[in-house]
Amino acid sequence: MMVMDITTPSALPDTEYDSVLVLRPPSGLAALNLRDVWQFRGLLGTLALRDLKLRYKQTALGIVWVVLQPVLAALIFSIIFGMIARIPSPVPKVPYFVFAFCGQLAWNLFNTIVTRSSVCLTGNTNMISKVFFPRLVLPMSTIGAALVDFAVAAAMMALMIACCHVKPGIALLLLPLWIMGLLMLSLGLGLFTAALTVSYRDVQYILPVALNLLMWASPIAFPLSFAIGMVPHKVRFMFYLNPLTGLLEAFRWSLLNTTAPAPRSVAYGMVLSILVLWLGAKAFKQMERKFADVI
Amino acid sequence: MSSSGAAIRVSGLGKCYSIAKERHRQSILAEELMHRLRHPFRRDRNDTFWALRDVTFDVARGDVIGIIGRNGAGKSTLLKILSRITEPTTGEVVLRGRVGSLLEVGTGFHPELTGRENVFLNGAILGMSKPEIRRQFDAIVQFAGVEKFLETPVKRYSSGMYVRLAFAVAAHLRGEVLIVDEVLAVGDAEFQRKCLGKMRDVSSDGRTVLFVSHNMQAIRTLCNRGLYLEQGRVAAVGDVEYCSAQYLASGGGGTLGSWRRAAGGPSLPLMLTAVSLNLKGQQPSMTLEVELQTQSSGGHKPAFAALDILDVTGTAIMQAIPTYERFIRAVPGTQRSLLEIDLPPLIPGQYALTVWLGSHNTESLDHQARCVAFEIHDSPSAGRTFPHHSDHGAIVPTSRLLSSDLAVPSLQTVAVAKP
Repeated sequence: MMVMDITTPSALPDTEYDSVLVLRPPSGLAALNLRDVWQFRGLLGTLALRDLKLRYKQTALGIVWVVLQPVLAALIFSIIFGMIARIPSPVPKVPYFVFAFCGQLAWNLFNTIVTRSSVCLTGNTNMISKVFFPRLVLPMSTIGAALVDFAVAAAMMALMIACCHVKPGIALLLLPLWIMGLLMLSLGLGLFTAALTVSYRDVQYILPVALNLLMWASPIAFPLSFAIGMVPHKVRFMFYLNPLTGLLEAFRWSLLNTTAPAPRSVAYGMVLSILVLWLGAKAFKQMERKFADVI
Repeated sequence: MSSSGAAIRVSGLGKCYSIAKERHRQSILAEELMHRLRHPFRRDRNDTFWALRDVTFDVARGDVIGIIGRNGAGKSTLLKILSRITEPTTGEVVLRGRVGSLLEVGTGFHPELTGRENVFLNGAILGMSKPEIRRQFDAIVQFAGVEKFLETPVKRYSSGMYVRLAFAVAAHLRGEVLIVDEVLAVGDAEFQRKCLGKMRDVSSDGRTVLFVSHNMQAIRTLCNRGLYLEQGRVAAVGDVEYCSAQYLASGGGGTLGSWRRAAGGPSLPLMLTAVSLNLKGQQPSMTLEVELQTQSSGGHKPAFAALDILDVTGTAIMQAIPTYERFIRAVPGTQRSLLEIDLPPLIPGQYALTVWLGSHNTESLDHQARCVAFEIHDSPSAGRTFPHHSDHGAIVPTSRLLSSDLAVPSLQTVAVAKP
């Protein structure tokens, strides 16, 4: 373990030095060292800002893409489910399109963070091999730009809700909680995949497929009740095991005032999100030691 | 220098890399999984490679220490450990004071961002705080000379401007301990002089600096101490003159007397394949016979040779171009050429030879730096009883006394001396 003591060495004759750094070979489990990350919060902000500035450079539509992407995705859902499969809108008075957009909103936040953080190390090879900073800063910085995207799309969502005359209930107050859950789950997975990508580039090929699969196995374009009714008994457990199920249902409950999800599934989603984040961060710190040597 | 007052204390430092054997190399997840399934109890036996071994040295506060050694001697690994980029395998490092490390200029520079944005980004990556960058911003921009292009994306910069801006940010990095790797190898000669000047400022205001370079002249002018690494171990540490002498004396990349190109390198249209030296005559008029063996593929212009003679510190002291005639022909096959240099009177010591082949002064075909060395034992001036020193140069020109009369004080001098 790299030991870093920023202390004032009173025993030392030279008091002009305000910090002493001791580097030793690593041993045992790596500590999270969140204090290091806090010291580099300036870098965290700068990197998030860089992501944001770069995202739509040299695109004709610029920031419009933030809204256009989920709109287009929701439109595809509307065509497939609403027009071809002819599923009636699960919520009275709310068009199917708005329902699908709501699911897309939450999914996009999750998907962006996982995808972006999984490549944040291999995409910044020079920074890893030439500069020291707590490596956790890189995946964490992806949250910033993803949240801004989310905010823009959420404003669009608010507009739609107003147009549909949906009266949000008291559940709206719980929305930040579900967003936190989504952030923790996605960052946890992102940390794990990012660290794994350093040694095994295979991850970057598996991940899009896995995420696509996860998207269809999550109640995004359809309510959980619909999916449970449609799929055979044997595969239903997939929906119950998926932590996104509870989070997405709760997310929609808060925004569209749909029927409340089962408390058990929401609690499961939240607990698992915390666990995934903690495990992801631990695994990341453990593999971090080899980043500069392997990347 | 007491060890408790040292800015950097390195003891028993080692870094081991494992090089997986070709057969057991699993860089694909599936292969690794299959391998684990098939041999659940077998641990992979990896070959290990010690990039650094048992490295121990102290750097006192305010010391500027130059780290020298051949490629692969472990210089970069040492800097990476000291900058916390990678962790040591054995030993311990104690660093006192804020460490600023510059292993590359322009890390994190993004071509799409403007000059201004990149200064802030790069500064943050190097560990500067926002107010700190803001305070230094004007100085950085002025040093780089890019005031007019601050709002232009750096992808539209000329490569010179890009490098200048990158170095400028780095040069304004604060810290009690600075770790600098070969960053002077960028930009044109004019800018390199500017960088060297900046480095001199940095080292003269009392900061501790660790500096890696292949430019022995830069090392000698900037550093007061040296650390010479060879194959991951400390070969010499102490006075910079002593270390650089040790480095050059060890061949510094070549062997004494003759050199042969190592097999397996990249192939050039015209390659120098062997060089051998033969020192003839007596001081002060010795001649150096140089035999060059070249191999041509035919796909180049005819060439001539230039031979630089370098002193023990690696500074070129003279260049010989035996002929401007393109005597190395562009005919496939091997060619042997024998050249002769009349050496000026040189002080005893070791000298290295750099061989350059090219068709024009701007068209280089092959270049072997310090591939061979020769040694001179005798003094060039007969009857000298005290030793020579490189402080007074390497060449002892032939000189003589023409006349010497005992002067009589003139009347005028006496008159002036009166109050």
